[in-house]
Amino acid sequence: MERKIRVLVAKPGLDGHDRGAKVIARALRDAGMEVIYTGIQQTPEMIVEAALQEDVDVIGLSILSGAHMTLLPRVMQLLREQGMDDVLVVAGGIISDDDARVLKMQYGIAEVYGPGASTLEIARFIQERCAAKA
Amino acid sequence: MRQRPDRVELADAVLNGSRRALARALTLVETGGPPARALLGAVFPHTGRAHIVGLTGAPGVGKSTLATALALHWRRAGRTVGIVAVDPTSPFSGGAILGDRIRMQALSGDPGVFIRSMANRGRLGGIARATGDAVLLLDAAGFDVVLVETVGAGQDEVEIAAAAHTTIVIEIPGAGDDVQTIKAGILEIADLLVVNKADREGADVTVRQLRAMLNLSDLSGAGWTPPVLAAVAASGEGIEAIAAAAAHHLEYLRVSGRFADDTRKRAEYELRVVLQETALERAQSDRAGWKMLVAQIASRAIDPYAAAEHLLNTPGNVAM
Repeated sequence: MERKIRVLVAKPGLDGHDRGAKVIARALRDAGMEVIYTGIQQTPEMIVEAALQEDVDVIGLSILSGAHMTLLPRVMQLLREQGMDDVLVVAGGIISDDDARVLKMQYGIAEVYGPGASTLEIARFIQERCAAKA
Repeated sequence: MRQRPDRVELADAVLNGSRRALARALTLVETGGPPARALLGAVFPHTGRAHIVGLTGAPGVGKSTLATALALHWRRAGRTVGIVAVDPTSPFSGGAILGDRIRMQALSGDPGVFIRSMANRGRLGGIARATGDAVLLLDAAGFDVVLVETVGAGQDEVEIAAAAHTTIVIEIPGAGDDVQTIKAGILEIADLLVVNKADREGADVTVRQLRAMLNLSDLSGAGWTPPVLAAVAASGEGIEAIAAAAAHHLEYLRVSGRFADDTRKRAEYELRVVLQETALERAQSDRAGWKMLVAQIASRAIDPYAAAEHLLNTPGNVAM
């Protein structure tokens, strides 16, 4: 049996706009991945706990509330505390280029996607990074 | 092989309650193969303690919500709960969206609960190939109750009955006429019948029809008549009665001797599955020889029956 790529798709914070997250979940499913969709209004603690139980390779975080500079670093910190640094984390939402740079350079988010990003490209990025790790 | 000691180490960590190790072990048994079997072999002596409860029913009847309500109830009673939630794999892409956690958020952050989502990976029957192995791991990790939520099941997904001690079948009001209730299949495997969303119109009719269906069948000799219980899982109404009925059913299994019978049946089933897998893997381990046999069968040089005999008689293929 092959090992499938497992991805947690979650929405940290308080905004309820989950259309983007659902589009991504669907696209990753169509790329052959197993997507654990946890829904809206997740705290960083809930996200990391779910990622641990589900033993995911990837966490995809969708955030449109503007609180990304608080919530995303917190997720990364919790992952480090659990010894889960090997989990690939990607983010999507309304995130400025400056913020995206900081999230990538300083906090270790692998990639940040804005509006109009290609779902195929996101799936390919995840597949390539997971293949490189294996 | 270098892998063996690793697997034993992982097994020890699972038995010692490491959640990370448990999560990794679950991935390993989903992947399958010899390392998974080595791990399962190491934890097997520590299994057999949990009450395994299956939850099944059509999509949307409230399986995840009921699982959550039951888990919250058991947690209040001081019991720990492991959950395996199965969802379907897309037959087109091989991917899956596993969405049962959405309705299980009330259980988040509780160290006495462990939830694992699982794709059925094309396996029919309502559960995945590795669901039974996942249950073994949660059992070994010390969870008092292991809940298995099947994929949204129709009339034929009855494998859960073989995997669980107590099978709860969930219905909702107004789904079909009373002939639906006497068809073969999912209702036959119920140890408990729950009419969920009982605040909807027609709930009492559905309860009555299900009870009438049970009276039609001669279950008196079987010793256990499945209770039909109304519930509103979303508000917690009726949950206590369901938990009590599940406990009562387990007690019935023990007292009647059916527990031992079922355990033997499950052991036989497991042995059969593992034997098939192992024999097939060994027979295919010589890839060139396997391909040659296949080609010979295709060209009608030999028949598949003689080929299978030959493979099983090859030393090493089925040796223990």
